[in-house]
Amino acid sequence: MADVASYLKTFASFDSRLAFCTPVWLREIRKTAIERFAALGFPGTKDEKWRFTRVRPLLGHDFRLAERYERDALSRLQIDELCMEDAGCRRLAFVNGHFAEDLSDNGSLPTGVRVGSLKNFMAMDPEPVQRYLARHADTAKNPFVALNTAHIHDGAFVHIQRGTRLEQPIHLLYVTRSDGDPVVSHPRTLVIADEDTRASIVESYVGFPSDTYFTNAVTEIVVKARAEIDHCKLQREGNGAYHVATVQAHIGRDSRFKTDSVSIGGALVRNDINTILADEGGDCTVNGLYLAGGHQHVDNHTVIEHRNPRGMSRELYKGILGGRAKAVFDGRIHVHPQAQKTDAKQTNRCILLSDDAQINTNPQLEIYADDVKCTHGAAVGQIDEGAVFYLRSRAIDEASARQILVFAFANEVLENLRIERVREHLTADLHDWLSRARGVGDES
Amino acid sequence: MNMLEIRDLHVSVEGKEILKGVDLKVDAGEVHAIMGPNGSGKSTLAQVIAGRDTFAVTGGDILYKGESILGKSPEERACEGIFLAFQYPVEIPGVRNSYFLKSALNSKRKYRGEEEIDAMDFLALIKKKMEMLQMKKSFMERPVNEGFSGGEKKRNEILQMAVLDPLLAVLDETDSGLDIDALKVVSSGVNALRGPDRAIVVVTHYQRLLNYIVPDVVHVLVDGRIVKTGDRTLALELEDKGYADVQNGTAKK
Repeated sequence: MADVASYLKTFASFDSRLAFCTPVWLREIRKTAIERFAALGFPGTKDEKWRFTRVRPLLGHDFRLAERYERDALSRLQIDELCMEDAGCRRLAFVNGHFAEDLSDNGSLPTGVRVGSLKNFMAMDPEPVQRYLARHADTAKNPFVALNTAHIHDGAFVHIQRGTRLEQPIHLLYVTRSDGDPVVSHPRTLVIADEDTRASIVESYVGFPSDTYFTNAVTEIVVKARAEIDHCKLQREGNGAYHVATVQAHIGRDSRFKTDSVSIGGALVRNDINTILADEGGDCTVNGLYLAGGHQHVDNHTVIEHRNPRGMSRELYKGILGGRAKAVFDGRIHVHPQAQKTDAKQTNRCILLSDDAQINTNPQLEIYADDVKCTHGAAVGQIDEGAVFYLRSRAIDEASARQILVFAFANEVLENLRIERVREHLTADLHDWLSRARGVGDES
Repeated sequence: MNMLEIRDLHVSVEGKEILKGVDLKVDAGEVHAIMGPNGSGKSTLAQVIAGRDTFAVTGGDILYKGESILGKSPEERACEGIFLAFQYPVEIPGVRNSYFLKSALNSKRKYRGEEEIDAMDFLALIKKKMEMLQMKKSFMERPVNEGFSGGEKKRNEILQMAVLDPLLAVLDETDSGLDIDALKVVSSGVNALRGPDRAIVVVTHYQRLLNYIVPDVVHVLVDGRIVKTGDRTLALELEDKGYADVQNGTAKK
């Protein structure tokens, strides 16, 4: 059993061990964060944001802080098997939260793009990191963000400098490897897109099926004026994984941000995707797809805050649940009083493939401005039997008919993915998932 | 050859009897029209032939090429050559028309022990059929029936029929929602499929369609029974006098 005290103990040894090589400002951030974590503790189901997700299974494991992984212990081949071959991507690999240069692809990048290990950047050129790191993700109220922040050591740093347009996507690959003992890692990502930039960033989280581990990730994305950022978070962890992640995006004037969050693996998964339209005319698309079977639990919480006029947001979340899987969708759109001419639309739909699968869905619109256009719609259902009959009357067998329809349902999210390689790869994943779900049927 | 034979068919939905003893025989090479007022059971009959399981067959039998098909799934019936053109074709967002048609055709070929169709052959086949139905190429890349106009949906049904090449085609209210131009195109598509090996059953409320798809035999279905059978002049008579007269005048075949 691991309680708050044991996490504090782990932190104390981590912090003192690294004291000599950590800048003062970072130690301050860690200290403040761990104090917040100690004060907040782990959430219970009385906490409104955790009503349907119990963290108790997570606390049942005594996770050791994941260490830097030795070279050679993880081969490139193993990595390639775990993740999509990223032809055309610049890949940065992180093992247990630490940058693994030998597993990364050192393709050339145009000037104006600075990408690499957060630790290295903090050492070489701390100014931009110091200015943005831990400024946006909410350490004050979210204990997992606080815990991650307390353990900032390495991670990914992406800085697209003013006026730079990068066509080639950047792939941040987070791999967890535990050697028998359950481990916890706290991957940290900081993305800064300066004015008039354009870039695509893919974060993927993978692990080995036999490993038990806890990934507690935080990503901060700062999108400045007139920038266009396309972001994907792919959670394809192993079956024994606990995955808690926050993506915090801060969107500037007249800029565009699209984020897709796809969850396939993991035993217990919680995503918090928070987007703040911080200036006038921001445009964001927040999409998600989750597939869960067996005893998986997937919780997606999203917040879109319209803080200024003329903002636009589009949100589409879809889920497919089989077996005894449970899912939570909680989507809040908050329109502040000054955010006139806001145009917000939220849709979430879920298909249940078995009688024992469960979804709790909670769309919320909080509107404090009067000249806005906001809609939301939610639907939970089974496959349309009329459509099944239609396909069967065209010679397609029943199982294939159902598979085609479920695929089509999920594909609405995938077909809007802009990065072709990611789209293709996830389409294949979805096909695999569906044929497995079909093989095991409702018992999965 | 006897393609379809329906014997004293009784069908219920949620305990309510819709078909109350239907008898019908359709030979290969023939086109039969089944006409009737709303609620007479026309669409039920069409869907039961295709194997829709929301309808319970409580009595009688349906024979296709001399064998009962009641125990067969919709996909088996389709593989063996039965086709239903839907009154309300289903919209399937996220599935491209081309993928759908190819899956359907390959399922049928697999059932018959044939190889999957070659991609180039498939394109050539589709191109020919689409030209016949005056359909735009872009049709193939659109999701099945999604956002299609009424006329486009019905053309799409006939396209599927042309590609699947059935022996028995049942057209359920194919004329509904069609303007006169679309009606002509759809009808010529159906007529192109007329032949000595094929039987076609046209279910319709109005005789208008029968000006273009001229039937050999016309049946009148009222309240779950076929009350009158005749040649195509019966359709004209119905147009003239309405169903009420036919129903009152001749309660027998």
